[in-house]
Amino acid sequence: MSVPTNLRYTKTHEWLRIEGDAAVVGITDHAQKELTDIVYVEPPQVGDNVEAGKECAVVESVKAASDIYAPVTGEVVAANTALADHPELVNEDPYGQGWLFKIRMSDPAQVDELLPPDEYANHAGE
Amino acid sequence: MVRCAGMSPTEPLRRTSLYAAHLALGAKMVPFAGWEMPVYYTSIVEEHHAVRQRVGLFDVSHMGELIVSGPDAETFLNRMLTNDVSKTAAGRAQYTFLCNDAGGIRDDLVLYWLEPMRFLLLVNAGNVENDFAWLRFCASGSVTVENHHSEIATVSLQGPLAAKLVPAPAATLGLFRVAPFNVCGVRCRVSRTGYTGEDGFELLCAIPDVMRLWNELLAAGAPFGIRPCGLGARDTLRLEMCYPLHGQDITETTTPLEAGLNRFVALDKPDFIGRDALLAQKAAGVTRKLVPFKMTEKAPPPRPHYALMAEGRRVGEVTSGAPSPSLGIGIGMGYVETDFAAPGTQLGVEIRGKTFAAVVETKPLWKKNK
Repeated sequence: MSVPTNLRYTKTHEWLRIEGDAAVVGITDHAQKELTDIVYVEPPQVGDNVEAGKECAVVESVKAASDIYAPVTGEVVAANTALADHPELVNEDPYGQGWLFKIRMSDPAQVDELLPPDEYANHAGE
Repeated sequence: MVRCAGMSPTEPLRRTSLYAAHLALGAKMVPFAGWEMPVYYTSIVEEHHAVRQRVGLFDVSHMGELIVSGPDAETFLNRMLTNDVSKTAAGRAQYTFLCNDAGGIRDDLVLYWLEPMRFLLLVNAGNVENDFAWLRFCASGSVTVENHHSEIATVSLQGPLAAKLVPAPAATLGLFRVAPFNVCGVRCRVSRTGYTGEDGFELLCAIPDVMRLWNELLAAGAPFGIRPCGLGARDTLRLEMCYPLHGQDITETTTPLEAGLNRFVALDKPDFIGRDALLAQKAAGVTRKLVPFKMTEKAPPPRPHYALMAEGRRVGEVTSGAPSPSLGIGIGMGYVETDFAAPGTQLGVEIRGKTFAAVVETKPLWKKNK
C-alpha cells in the first residue's frame, strides 16, 4: 500500500494535495485496491460547491458504486475529464493521472484536520 | 469511501472448509448469505475472463446439500418441485423450482438423481434451513429428508479447459449428468453443470477432502492458466447468461412464469405445490416480465433497484446489473410491465437522477462465438 508523504488523507480514503489555494483530490492506493476494476467515475461539475465530509462524486467498480466525500469545503474548479474514457487510471495511477477533481478551498485551515500520512497508514492498515 | 451493504452482520459469519485457502490466496472476503466468502482474489474482471477463456475454480460450499431418499422420494419431490422429476432418471441432474402455493419461488435448485431412491438438492446458501424445514414439514410416506450441509463441500470447475482437469471418464460425462468419480484422489460426485455458461463441472466431496481437491485442481490447472474465482466473477458470468439469482431476480413474490422460466415448470404434471396459481396466472397472462437489457450509451453500470423507464414513466425495476466484462457495456435484468418486455424495446435506466438509454435483449446477453 503506497501512502505518499506529501499528501493529506481522510478516514474515508480520499487524498488531498495542496496547489496554491486549490486542493487536488483523489482516492488512495488502498481504496483503489479494495475496489479493483474501476469502470466508471462521476466527478462533480465544475462550479459545484462541495462541503467537507459530504458526498460529491461516485466511483463505480464492477461490484458496487462508492461515494466520494469532499475532504474540504469549496468550489470545484476542475474535474479530471480523462476518466470518462479511462476510468482504469484510478487503479493504475491513483495519486497521479487518476486524480478526480480540484477544489478552491474556502477555508484552507480545514487541511489541518485531515490525517497526516502516518496516521492514515495506520488507519488503512487496521 | 467504500459503501457495502451487510458489512456489519449481527450474527457471526460462517466459514467454509476452504477459508484458510482463500486467505492464503489473498482473497477479499465479504459477507454473503450469512457466509464469509471470497468476492475476488485479484480482480473480478480477470477472474471472469479466466472462466470465459480458460478455466476457473469456485468454492461454492456455502450452498446447501439436502438429501431426500426412500421409496416415495420421487413421488414426494414431484409434488414439491415444478419441473417433472419423472422425465429425468438416475444419473441425471435437473434445474427446478421449489414454489409456494401462490406460485412464488421459495428457491431455485439443481436436483441430482443419485440412485433410484436417493436425490440430492443443491440449494442456495441463504435458503438451506428454510428449504430443509419446508421439505421435512411436507414429507409424507416413506421419505427421509436430511441436511448434509455440514458434511459435504462443493467446488465448481468452470471454463472451456475444465474437462482437461478431470479424469477421462468424468470428462466424457454428458451435460446435466452426475456420477461418482475419483478426482485428484478424492471421491467426488461429479456433475456437468454450472452457473457460468461455460463447460464445467460441480464436484461434491466430503468436507475433510475438499482442501486436497481444491489445491490439487489448482496445481493441475496451473499449466492451463487456472484462476481461483470469487463470487464477483460468478455474478458477472451468470448475469451475462441471464441465469437468475434467488433473492434478487426471483423471489417468493415472483413466479417462474413472470421470470420467463416456463420450461422448468411442468404444468402438465397432475399436481405440485403452486400449480393452481401458476395455471391461473398463465390463463390470465402475466402483468410483468423479467427481461434482459443492455445499455446503448455510455452510462454508469445499472444496479439493483434502479428504475426502468419508458414513455416518460417508471415501468419496472432492475433486479441485477453490472458492467459486463465480456461485452464492455452495462447489462442487467429487471421486471417491466408486459407491454415493454419485447426484445428491441427502448428503455431508460434512471441512475442518480439521470436517464440513460438501454434496450431489451434476448437471452443470453452474452453469446459465445461459435
